[in-house]
Amino acid sequence: MKVFGKVWVLTLLALGFALPCYAEKIVVAGSTTVLPIAQKAAEVFMDKNSSADISVRGGGSSVGIASLIDGTCDIADASRAIKDAELDKAVSNGRSPKAHVVAMDGICVVVHPSNDISALSSKQIKDIFTGAVSNWKDVGGSDEKIVVIARDSASGTFEAFGELVLKGGKTRPDALLQASNQAVASTVSRTTGAIGYIGLGYVTSAVKALVVDGVEASKKTVLTGEYPVGRPLFMYTNGAPKGLIKEFIDFILSQEGQKLAEEEGFVGLK
Amino acid sequence: MTKGQVKEKAYKWTFTILAFSSLVFLTGIVIVLFKEGLPIFKKISVLQFLGGRAWYPTYSTPEFGILPLISASALVTLGAAFVCVPLGVGSALYLHELASHRQRAILKPLIELLASIPSVVYGFFGMVVLTPILQDIFHLPTGLCALNASIVLGIMATPTVCSLADDALNYVPKAFREASFAVGANRWQTLTRVVIPAAGSGISTAIILGMSRAIGETMTVLMVAGGAAMIPHSFFEPVRPMTATIAAEMGEAPMGGDHYHALFAIALVLFMVTFIFNIAAEMISRRFRIKLGLSG
Repeated sequence: MKVFGKVWVLTLLALGFALPCYAEKIVVAGSTTVLPIAQKAAEVFMDKNSSADISVRGGGSSVGIASLIDGTCDIADASRAIKDAELDKAVSNGRSPKAHVVAMDGICVVVHPSNDISALSSKQIKDIFTGAVSNWKDVGGSDEKIVVIARDSASGTFEAFGELVLKGGKTRPDALLQASNQAVASTVSRTTGAIGYIGLGYVTSAVKALVVDGVEASKKTVLTGEYPVGRPLFMYTNGAPKGLIKEFIDFILSQEGQKLAEEEGFVGLK
Repeated sequence: MTKGQVKEKAYKWTFTILAFSSLVFLTGIVIVLFKEGLPIFKKISVLQFLGGRAWYPTYSTPEFGILPLISASALVTLGAAFVCVPLGVGSALYLHELASHRQRAILKPLIELLASIPSVVYGFFGMVVLTPILQDIFHLPTGLCALNASIVLGIMATPTVCSLADDALNYVPKAFREASFAVGANRWQTLTRVVIPAAGSGISTAIILGMSRAIGETMTVLMVAGGAAMIPHSFFEPVRPMTATIAAEMGEAPMGGDHYHALFAIALVLFMVTFIFNIAAEMISRRFRIKLGLSG
């Protein structure tokens, strides 16, 4: 009896010590555009809440939403709104995705710094990307072949650019494909006749961002909606967020969280 | 059973299981490829898929024609052959015929070291070093093109070709060479009339396996081939091989959708091509070993 008593006391003690260390776990997956925000926010959030365990993965908007539907993640990052087909699938799986806009993304149209052109209309950009125009002289530049650089056709940025600028038009088949924002930026910076598109956060002095329809791409013009190539970025949760998931979303939407998003090159909502 | 016998049995079974495990993996991969790839053919015919000229998988009326992707793979593989055959076979001939023992001891490991460089490093090399050079020499709008990919892939396949061709040359029995010298042939005649013909099918195997390596390479072509999904007319145009398409798009393709199945169907095509390459290599090498009187 005495031995048992000791065992009980020890077990309870062990549990008492272990409980505060037990980490609540959140899995975040999805869009590689939203990834840096989620990652940075998770790092800072975990520093403040030692009991939280947040794992952040990329994979793409579709992968994120699919995992939310399957229940393999708690928060799905997406650079586009959920599609009807996905919503139907979610409902039939007994899940109800709820959208939270966490930041805005501005897509910049960039050219080589030596290019004479510094402004284009969205119609001209559309013509260039769909193949109606192939030489810079046709849009007021010097006589040089335009090298069109697009993203892989499954990326969220490709999709957003297709909707916002190409209005459903097809990217010309001879456009170069690059698989990331950085790859587009570095190819443009090394190709004099190039034009490409990247997130506002990826613009550096190595490339020149064009004024589109008379509006310069900046945090302000993206947020007000003046800049024509902007889009909201989402995090989806299953139903209204509760517990730690709610705390995390609230943190991202707080002044501090939005500042982190801006540090990653996005446009904060506040 | 004695303790020794038990031990022996245990060893035997352990290694049997290990040996057959790769068969299990292969079967698993083939099953998944067929299961995920075939559903696309409910939507479009095999002919439309293989012969279609437009690859627009994410539009509201998607098009899944992979002819541009197949021709891109074929073009860069052919280009790689122009690089790796002279380099690989030439190095093997030098190593085998001319190199001193010391040169061989240094050169062979160095060439084989080429094979251990990660493909992303090759891709980086192509992007940063080759791209501007090609742009300047040929006055191209962009140096990311089929030629760039061919050169880098060719260098990557060189160690495979060199190693296997060197092995093939080593298999040629010494007696062949001695007989040739005995009838008065000089070194050059012996090499071109006796050694190379005898090792010919072994060298062919080396080349085919090198090609098989080139056609399956992904990271490098994703980085340096340019990625335009268009049927190429020359080596100076950007192209998008099959592997690059799968790698770039798989992450974002909605699971279970047509695009997803189409990507698996591309993988299936790729698998069949490398499978045929490997079978051909195996058959030729078997004939070669029989011809030289080695075990079949």
